[in-house]
Amino acid sequence: MSTELTDLSLLELSNRLSEGTVTSRDATEACLRRIGEVDGTVRAFLRIDAEGALARADAADARAREGARLGPLDGVPLALKDNFLQEGRIVSAASKMLEHFVAPYDATVVQRLEGAGAVLLGHVNQDAFAMGSSTETSAFGCTGNPYDVTRTPGGSSGGSAAAVAAREIYGAMGTDTGGSIRQPAALTNTVGLKPTYGRVSRYGVISYASSLDQPGPLTRTVADAAAMLQVIAGVDEKDATSAPHAVPDFSAHLDRGVEGLRIGFVREHLGDGVDPEVRDALLAAAEAYEAMGATLVDVELPYSRQALATYYLIATAEASSNLARYDGVRYGHRAASPEDLNALYARSRSEGFGPEVKRRILLGTYALSAGFYDAYYVKAQKVRTLIRGDFDQAFQKVDVLMGPTSPVPAFKLGEKLEDPLAMYLMDVFTLPCNLAGLPGISVPCGFTGGGLPIGLQLIGRPWDEAGLLRVAAAYERHAPHHRRAPTL
Amino acid sequence: MPIADFQPVIGLEVHAQLLTDTKLFCGCPTSFGAAPNTQVCPVCLGMPGVLPSLNAQAVRFAVRTGLALGCRVREQSAWSRKNYFYPDLPKGYQITQFERPICEGGALVVDAPSGEIRVRLHHIHIEEDAGKSVHDAEGGASLVDLNRAGVPLLEIVGEPDLRSSEEAAEYLKALRDVLMYLGVNDGNLEEGSFRCDANVSVMPKGSKTLGQRVELKNINSFRFVRQAIDYEIARQVDVIESGGTILQETRLWDTVRGETRAMRSKEDAHDYRYFPEPDLPPLRISPELIESERAQLPELPRALRQRLMSQYGLAADVAGVLTSDRALVTWFEETAALTPDARRVANWCQGELLRVLKETGTSLQALKMTPAMFARLLQLVENGTLSQNAAKDVLDEMVRSGREAQVIVEEKGLGQINDEGAVAAVVDEVLGAHAAEVEKYRGGQQKLFGFLMGQVMKALRGKGNPQLVNRLLRDRLEG
Amino acid sequence: MSRLTLDTVRHVARLSRLALTEAEEEATRKELEAVLAAMDAIAQVPTEQVEPTSHALLIGALWRADTVRPGLTNEEALANAPQARDGSFAVPRVIE
Repeated sequence: MSTELTDLSLLELSNRLSEGTVTSRDATEACLRRIGEVDGTVRAFLRIDAEGALARADAADARAREGARLGPLDGVPLALKDNFLQEGRIVSAASKMLEHFVAPYDATVVQRLEGAGAVLLGHVNQDAFAMGSSTETSAFGCTGNPYDVTRTPGGSSGGSAAAVAAREIYGAMGTDTGGSIRQPAALTNTVGLKPTYGRVSRYGVISYASSLDQPGPLTRTVADAAAMLQVIAGVDEKDATSAPHAVPDFSAHLDRGVEGLRIGFVREHLGDGVDPEVRDALLAAAEAYEAMGATLVDVELPYSRQALATYYLIATAEASSNLARYDGVRYGHRAASPEDLNALYARSRSEGFGPEVKRRILLGTYALSAGFYDAYYVKAQKVRTLIRGDFDQAFQKVDVLMGPTSPVPAFKLGEKLEDPLAMYLMDVFTLPCNLAGLPGISVPCGFTGGGLPIGLQLIGRPWDEAGLLRVAAAYERHAPHHRRAPTL
Repeated sequence: MPIADFQPVIGLEVHAQLLTDTKLFCGCPTSFGAAPNTQVCPVCLGMPGVLPSLNAQAVRFAVRTGLALGCRVREQSAWSRKNYFYPDLPKGYQITQFERPICEGGALVVDAPSGEIRVRLHHIHIEEDAGKSVHDAEGGASLVDLNRAGVPLLEIVGEPDLRSSEEAAEYLKALRDVLMYLGVNDGNLEEGSFRCDANVSVMPKGSKTLGQRVELKNINSFRFVRQAIDYEIARQVDVIESGGTILQETRLWDTVRGETRAMRSKEDAHDYRYFPEPDLPPLRISPELIESERAQLPELPRALRQRLMSQYGLAADVAGVLTSDRALVTWFEETAALTPDARRVANWCQGELLRVLKETGTSLQALKMTPAMFARLLQLVENGTLSQNAAKDVLDEMVRSGREAQVIVEEKGLGQINDEGAVAAVVDEVLGAHAAEVEKYRGGQQKLFGFLMGQVMKALRGKGNPQLVNRLLRDRLEG
Repeated sequence: MSRLTLDTVRHVARLSRLALTEAEEEATRKELEAVLAAMDAIAQVPTEQVEPTSHALLIGALWRADTVRPGLTNEEALANAPQARDGSFAVPRVIE
């Protein structure tokens, strides 16, 4: 019974809440039961606020009874990645540094979700400070992939992806700096949407790299992602980089199909290092689009080969500065009886940060330090301009770009943890999109022979999430892989 | 080589707190003197997840200042992060402007006693202030108060165009006056809303190569500016004379010991890792904003001083005192428009009016007396109704009660007796009563004139018009 | 040939306020060297005429009205502080 209710998509649940055939309390309790059943294996949730969630569910039910639902998210249980601040709740970015940090305010995204009536059930696991591609750098243990719990759900939003895939929750918020929403979505047969940079407020989201970070939803269907984006999108006075652009109806064109659209196929993204099964799935998806009436155009993004180096120099430089605030003075981990101020800083930070975070802080500090700034940081910013230029040219010819989200399906937990470069390569197809600020989405694209999910990545023009979602929805209708639930 | 053979070269960096209601990047108040950590929010505490949200008024104030000082205002400037660890710096970086500041160039012309000095400006930029650490008496801890963290500052960086500590102090006063006229700064050195760092170097006179400069911090009064710079000049000359070299360093002015000393906390200050602030898009200033600020620029102190001198014939020092406070000039001009003798008004404004304001702890804005009332008081002096001394008493009473001069004069019977017949009668009476003294005076004891004058004034209870008494007495004694 | 010296690693660790043991210093040196070698790819890209990008999309900065907003009480401000005294955050004595 509980499995049945949690199997519904976000919008399917929402429709039943509107009809009154299901209550939000039913759905919330079903999620809590499901979490009780499977989360011991999946290990997606770090903290659950059952009491608060049920209270919000009851309030949503009262509104539903009065015919005054606030919108599609009213009464829908959702989860937050552990970097979204929620007032009065511990939010740790899955780090020891913030293990006991109680958020003193709400992130704008949290305010908007709560304002829309969403039932925020708890915080889910991630790579510490969103630095990682496997959720293994979390200070609180790794999360398992629901399709094979010995494998990674991807990262850094691995907890969000795993919880959604495991039918523990109807949708979850993630953040994407270099692929941290899309890559886990690809590895868990879920939909992950990274909006255009500036579309969704970053206020109250623990920063990794400010010029690249963007919050977005992970859901089981494209329409669900559109519904969540609708609520969280829009300018925010508290985020100077949020865009004053009008927020369109993201669901308006979901059913329009792709007839007449031009889809750019990034052939370079099917080259060396790409798993043959991933390649085959992508070629099949391309054929499907052609069959649906789209024109496939081969597109080159020559500078995207430089994206990995560009990304890591810029992201770590920004991170080294963003993470300077964790000094053991106002909040966070503080070393015991430091002998002086510098010992307080150095020991608190060394104890509170994990190895990957330290590695990136050191790399970023190096890239910004005197004598290296021009060779590394400024150089990377210039190459970033060239990478953007590639996309500008491509979008003169096509409406949307397609390629694999991840070069490989879910890998074994522990397999790449000791090899940072191998891990960084997991983001090679997703990070150009962040460097250019473009919207990108990963949609389920089938399974390997071993039953591991494969993701299709689509990249759109700036501010054209609606067009991107339209193309994604067409494929989802054609090949509804999302219906294949994991066996847990 | 004696110290007189060295040429000091000084450049000042002024930090002026912008008179906004809220901080640069959050809605916390900026007022001084609140209990520690009570004017703070997640943003200025540098909590996880916070982002800066730019205060528009701070930008307008910066543009206004740049225009007043003849700077080029950039259409697009950029924000940078200056990275260093310090307890009063919550985020571990300061948001400032580095590569592309909002204003560049410009100059301030200063009328110093030594003559006119033109100090070129390198640039002006906006940045956020840090908090404050104070030592805890017990326990060897420092306590951090972040009320100031995020308060908007304008940093005005001057070129090394100053040649003495006196010139430095004159420049600072002139700059402070300009900022106060613009309404962008309250000029309060004690509360730290106007403070400066000085870059000081010395070189042999006639040399063209600048010496190694040393940065002096913590100079928070005009007196300390002179003391700190003079101390530093002497210290540098000593070091050079004894064969040493000047180190590039930051030194702190110790007001208690009256000396400068190297700052330990700035040891790794040389690598601030500036980079563009990713949380703030570049700052674009529209031509409309520039024009609207330009249109509202007030008359600045130096131009105003020159106008007061030419329009009213005021002496430079009097004009200088008046223009030290823009409100005083307004008061002067409003009063002067109602009286024939502007110079008398100016003298009274810079003298008695300032005295009574100081004594009563009142401001011009809170004064119950209007310029028109003040003008009528001066009229009573002009037409001889009141002596200078009596007028001062009346002024005190006007400031206290807000009543008209005429009313006070009548009530207290303070008016001078100008009636020639009445005064003459008293003079005759006094001369009659002191026939012996009159005889002696006429016999050559001229000093008795003062005695007789005193007797007449006494009989008139001090209210006789002195000039009138003097004339009538002299007429009768000589005649 | 090593391009990254231990001295550089120590300098960067000091700037980052991270304490590394001697073993960590050497491990970090090797690791950063490998990562930097991968980063070298971009050194070959000609960029003489290219402007750097610091923000992905050029959006004009939003400005906020100069209006006071409620902040945190002193108690709320210090709620997460590991050490506080007299309404302030306490740190080991600062020497200027």
